[in-house]
Amino acid sequence: MQFNEPAGTNLFDSATIVGKDHTRIDGPLKVTGAAPYAYERHDVVEGQLYGYPVGATIGHGTITAMDTEAAKAAPGVRAVVTTLDIDPLELGMNNVARLFGGSEVMHYHQAIAVVVADSFEQARAAANLITVSYEEGEAVDYSLDAAFERMEGTGEPDTQYGDMEAAFSDGAVTIDQMYHTPGESHQMMEPFASIVDWSDGGDLTGWISNQMINWTHGSLATTLGINKERVRIESPYVGGGFGGKLWLRADTVLAALGSRAAGAPVKLALPRPMMMNNATHRSATVQRIRLAANPDGSLRGISHENVSYCLPGGRGENATAQTPLFYASEAMHVKNHLAEMPLPETADMRAPGEAAGLMALEIAMDEMAEALEMDPVAFRLANDTQVTPSNPDMPFSERHFAECLEQGAEAFGWDSSRPAPGSRREGDWLIGQGVAGAFRGALALPSGARAAIENGKLVIETDMTDIGTGSYTILAQTAAETMSLTMDDVEMRLGNSAYPVSSGSGGQFGAVSSSTGVYAACMALREKIAQQLGLEEATFADGQVGSGNERQSFLELDVEAVDSIQWGDFMGEFQKATFGAHFVEVGVNVYTGETRVRRMLAVCDAGRIINPVTARSQVIGGMVMGVGAALSEDMALDTGRGMFANHDLASYEVAVHADIPEQEVIFLDTLDDVASPLKAKGVGELGLCGVAAAVANAVYNATGIRLREYPLTLDLMLDQLPEV
Amino acid sequence: MPPPIEFQVRRRTLLAGSAAAAVSAGFTGKAGAQSGATPAGSETTTVSLTVNGEAREVTVDNRTTLLDALREHLQLTGTKKGCDHGQCGACTCSVNGNRVNSCLSLAVMHDGDEIETIEGIGTPEAMDPMQTAFVENDGFQCGYCTPGQIQSARSVIEEIRAGIPSHVTGDLTAEIAITDEEIRERMSGNICRCGAYSNILAAITQVAEESA
Ligand code: FES
Ligand code: FES
Repeated sequence: MQFNEPAGTNLFDSATIVGKDHTRIDGPLKVTGAAPYAYERHDVVEGQLYGYPVGATIGHGTITAMDTEAAKAAPGVRAVVTTLDIDPLELGMNNVARLFGGSEVMHYHQAIAVVVADSFEQARAAANLITVSYEEGEAVDYSLDAAFERMEGTGEPDTQYGDMEAAFSDGAVTIDQMYHTPGESHQMMEPFASIVDWSDGGDLTGWISNQMINWTHGSLATTLGINKERVRIESPYVGGGFGGKLWLRADTVLAALGSRAAGAPVKLALPRPMMMNNATHRSATVQRIRLAANPDGSLRGISHENVSYCLPGGRGENATAQTPLFYASEAMHVKNHLAEMPLPETADMRAPGEAAGLMALEIAMDEMAEALEMDPVAFRLANDTQVTPSNPDMPFSERHFAECLEQGAEAFGWDSSRPAPGSRREGDWLIGQGVAGAFRGALALPSGARAAIENGKLVIETDMTDIGTGSYTILAQTAAETMSLTMDDVEMRLGNSAYPVSSGSGGQFGAVSSSTGVYAACMALREKIAQQLGLEEATFADGQVGSGNERQSFLELDVEAVDSIQWGDFMGEFQKATFGAHFVEVGVNVYTGETRVRRMLAVCDAGRIINPVTARSQVIGGMVMGVGAALSEDMALDTGRGMFANHDLASYEVAVHADIPEQEVIFLDTLDDVASPLKAKGVGELGLCGVAAAVANAVYNATGIRLREYPLTLDLMLDQLPEV
Repeated sequence: MPPPIEFQVRRRTLLAGSAAAAVSAGFTGKAGAQSGATPAGSETTTVSLTVNGEAREVTVDNRTTLLDALREHLQLTGTKKGCDHGQCGACTCSVNGNRVNSCLSLAVMHDGDEIETIEGIGTPEAMDPMQTAFVENDGFQCGYCTPGQIQSARSVIEEIRAGIPSHVTGDLTAEIAITDEEIRERMSGNICRCGAYSNILAAITQVAEESA
């Protein structure tokens, strides 16, 4: 199916299932422990052995020797494979650091050996017996501030228009500040885990935990140097990903190599303390933002430069991603820099770019509102735009940012009189409110599915994954709606490389892409059904097909169709994005500077919401991650050793129950007929975008202390708290 | 109402246990130094457990945690391993009626104990009220922390009703009310990276109210 023009009126406009609340169809399996995650597939293959990884303990350098004698002689050990035993493996898609092979250490906890044994305890004990000698690489300056100083103003700007110099002169109100965001770690609750059967070195089957089946399928073949046809992977349940499981990772590679060496299937999970430094993370950023505005509040100039770190050839965190698209401005200068450092790999984490960028930009907007003596909601409204700021000929397909701000202010009880910072106190707590805008692009990827009638059920197969996003449920809703069936008539099968290739889950593109892929397959199935029954002008309603008054059920047929959605060029004439506004109220302890979030509201403009239940969960989940980003999450860099020291869940602090107050979500009922036939976009990342800045702005409103460095910990505030 | 005696004893046992675990953790990097040592006794032990009401016998490596005995030996994989270090709560299950982090407890310490796992609470066809409430309130996303959350949630209501105070309990002599604050505090050992906390709170509150 081609999507070559705006959707127009279609069956989703009179939907009875799509757009309605539906609890998760995989819910009963998940709450009873019956949904099997990757490491738990005892049933799939006999004789599984246990693998345990060994990670490098230097930041970068070369391995000169590894002694595995004791490990090989340890009880229960079946195989030991070290990185020195094999040539460097090919890089899979978007892998920057080598996953295994060769003597070069590119980052701390890079996998350098796998031990396979009869039991987990034996494998772990034997892994501890391996000794490694290194030649450490040269000392490195890990200062991102120094990198920013070096790189600022260099290179071709990514976006540049208007007269920046004029914008910042002649009576403009200006601000010019530096902002710091820390490295962040996905820390999904299910560790990276795989069972791989490559016992005979021939066909390989992997039961893994991964967001992108097709990409990883190909990467696994490339990395192991085998034909893709000989590889099959399954990932029906994924215990969270947040971008960390987009790519092939070391757990799968080690399990495969261990399996081939031991001649038996091997299961391996990365130990939690190895996840942070072995896998990918969101880079820290240093950002300089300069804003110039007219006294009436209209922006004259925006300058945003960012630096993040990455390995050579990596991508870092482009915190300027939203800036060319979010606010109108007469002139703009945007530049993203990458500083190469031998640190663990930086790559996509939920809302890559915007998450870190809005943490800074939305504080800057708050600062400018204050400099202008304007209400921050009104200031943002004054700079809303319906077209791309750098290219007025390119409109947004749909943009309802203003409504997000207005409805949010109303629903939240926003105090637009803006009492002076530090003026509201309840007991020991200083109370403040903050607002921030949210922006995230709305990407769509090709996505396919197979729809079939089998044994009286509509069966949908696609390699799409459900990483907690609700794919099982929303795709069943889409299928049931398109075929005029009920949810009970649909059987969903996801996450298997034997099924048609989908978009996969990532970048907030999963829901829109895969639902359209399922729609395409179902429309193709409708045609097949009509053909088989010899019907012209067939209509589908109430579980029956027919033309005119002749109607019949079609669940007894034996029929199938495969199709995919391809996105037409016309979409390139529009800027597609999702928008939101976050409102937060905090209390800051007047004695200790401890910040507690008291209530939160998000208003989202994200196209048709396919299932308000699961979409709301995506948004509140993003808000929770935003509270963590604001108040506690911080990868602590050991600059002597080039590693992150707080690499477990006790010391990398994510938000817990006690940190999360009342949360409210409002979805604007916006339909975007350029976005997809369902007129839907995505919402999984929007919920995170801007949250941390709303918290920072609320802390400022509560205390008068302007923090431009995350997390907003009490030590940054103690010496500035108002007198008590 | 004072806390039950039995609870105080268990707290002390737990503290002693965690201190010992912390000390031994400091030596894992030096395992090589111990490789020559001969074990003092058998390296495996046969343990009798009652799991979800059924008598089970497992022979485990002495180092096997209760969590791995359940997941790997009995193949009851509903209890999850999130960290294996007592930091996340995914492995929460019930031992003799009290919730524990099963990754922090060795299987050999549980001879004769009664274990209840998520599989013993309900099935997809016949869910327990807390499981139903989690589905109705969408108290999860990826589902990986969920069995642990449900185990803790059931215990939290019981612990409050048994008069066991928490960090946020104001009056230690009064009956403890089941408030949002009490629930959030007592659930804070169960991390949900998907961030379903407010829906989990709604589910727990629903069950507490229904069973009041
Ligand atoms: S697995 Fe036991 S607390 Fe995390
Ligand atoms: S539901 Fe995913 S971690 Fe809680």
